Amino acid sequence: MKRLSRFLLTMMCLGYVYLYAPIISLIVFSFNKSRLVTVWGGFSTVWYGRLFENSQILDAAWLSLRLALTSATIATILGTMAGIALVRFGPFRGRTMLSGLITTPLVMPEVLTGVSTLLLFLLMAKWIGWPARRGFSTLLIAHITFSMTYVTTVITSRLSSIDVSIEEAALDLGSAPWQVLKDITLPVISPAILSAWLLAFTISLDDVVITSFTNGPGYNTLPMLVWAKVRLGVTPDINALGSLIVAVVAIGVTLSSIIITRSERRREREIQAALAGGH
Amino acid sequence: MDRDPLSATPSDRFISVRTVTKQFGQFTAVDRVSLDIGKGELFALLGSSGCGKTTLLRMLAGFEEPTSGQIFIDGEDMAGIAPYHRPVNMMFQSYALFPHMTVEKNIGYGLKHERMTKSERDDRVAAMLDLVQLKAFARRHPHQLSGGQRQRVALARALAKQPKLLLLDEPLGALDKKLREQTQFEIANIQYETGITFVVVTHDQEEAMTLASRIAIMDSGSIRQLDTPKNVYEFPSSRFVASFIGSVNLFDAELVRQDDQFAHIAVPEIGVTLQALRRGQLHGKTRLTCAFRPEKVHMSRQPPASAVNTMQGVVQDFGYFGKDSLYRVKMPAGSLIRVNATNDLRAGDDDIVATWEDEVYLAIDPAAIMLFEDEA
Repeated sequence: MKRLSRFLLTMMCLGYVYLYAPIISLIVFSFNKSRLVTVWGGFSTVWYGRLFENSQILDAAWLSLRLALTSATIATILGTMAGIALVRFGPFRGRTMLSGLITTPLVMPEVLTGVSTLLLFLLMAKWIGWPARRGFSTLLIAHITFSMTYVTTVITSRLSSIDVSIEEAALDLGSAPWQVLKDITLPVISPAILSAWLLAFTISLDDVVITSFTNGPGYNTLPMLVWAKVRLGVTPDINALGSLIVAVVAIGVTLSSIIITRSERRREREIQAALAGGH
Repeated sequence: MDRDPLSATPSDRFISVRTVTKQFGQFTAVDRVSLDIGKGELFALLGSSGCGKTTLLRMLAGFEEPTSGQIFIDGEDMAGIAPYHRPVNMMFQSYALFPHMTVEKNIGYGLKHERMTKSERDDRVAAMLDLVQLKAFARRHPHQLSGGQRQRVALARALAKQPKLLLLDEPLGALDKKLREQTQFEIANIQYETGITFVVVTHDQEEAMTLASRIAIMDSGSIRQLDTPKNVYEFPSSRFVASFIGSVNLFDAELVRQDDQFAHIAVPEIGVTLQALRRGQLHGKTRLTCAFRPEKVHMSRQPPASAVNTMQGVVQDFGYFGKDSLYRVKMPAGSLIRVNATNDLRAGDDDIVATWEDEVYLAIDPAAIMLFEDEA
């Protein structure tokens, strides 16, 4: 192992402090007995208990979770379809416009997307009487709109890196186009579909700006609730909530990296075996 | 097979391509190509990249529709028939194996559209694995195989449906030299055993020559010559084909006179008059191209017995390849003639044919000189 010079070591430590000190302080203070966030009053898990008694927070968390699950799933389906059309359908009429329109939300300020979506809902309510009230369905539509952009980007980049001839080979072997999609294309890009779904899920779970334009009374998502509470001062139960989220993320990341490392090792072993037995 | 594999025309028109043209926008990839391929033939489309051979192959497979013209397979017009309804299978240049399926599943994939029971299907897959000697690898995934093994899986997968026509796109392109030679003979054997009609696309003339019973040489969308490997090499129909296949000495020549047997030509670049055996009629053009292959020139240090087509020159340099050597002999008029001489003398014999600065005599059989009326 190469030894780092003192300078590099110092810089590395500073980097880690910069990244993780806020998170560590969040976790530490979530176990604070004191009501004051900045004063240490001894160890306690009282805020975790409070958190689970607070129906407002639990409702918001449940809403966020439902919204993220549904919008990520629908956005992944629509985004995958758009990606396949863009990469595999050749130069059809309106292709440039479609690809432009799909990627616009990536570069548009979120506030603009939020305002314009809200305006659309208001106009629709006036003309066709729907949506009469803003709530889950308007939130869902808004979230699908922006997370689909990310899904399409992930899927198009994966699809363009796949050799078209494997799909042609399936056609050649007697499969109709829809069977090729089912048997070959979707299984081969399934890792990309999964990561696109995770991306869409995270973005939806995280969003404040567009959500605050498109939600209705009584439909507060978790990030919005946190934001609203913090405006009145950081309370220790928010620290507890943050620590829980960090814990969930950490467990998820650790599990997935363990799975990936294991399958990589197995794959390497298999390749070794193939080379040894091959001729 | 009742067909003589060396005859130049097929006895039947199993596959028939009639004045097929394919345009991509302004670019004409295939230009009024017509050809017939017999049942059970191993046919090669040979040409450099961009000559239209792959486009022609893709039209046979159904991935491209001809702009005009017709393609018949076993008497059936292929116009508007999708690739998945054609009795044609293809082995792709990249092999195009399905990465998420085992070798077994890859080979069996095309069979799920056939009316077969499961045991029939399993039997067919097993027979295919046997044919390409990959029984031990049935449960492997493509990424666990070597290049040569992948190539054989691709071949087995394309053969599994027992197509009327098998298309092979650069089948040996991704293999190293040693494996190529072995695989070349394997493909020819499998073709013979199965009796399926093969059409091979390749840019490698050696591959085309050893594999195919007939070769179509393509250039900028058209077929320049269609014949057996031997005829393509020995009797090229144009200057282009002569220089494309093998190596050749090419010189501008002028027709001096013709008699019943020979054409007498002046070759100013060599500074001699040569006589060439006449094949067919020359059309009265006086400016010709004369060509002869390096291995058809006989080189000696003593004057040859006959004075016909004899020249004198000096060995400028030579390359030793083991079984033969390539000499470059400088003529008094300044040009270089390439001569291939077999090193069939025993090692240790001092009497090698020639070395640097040696004065040598060159003699060419009148039958070995080819004349073309087209210009460079």
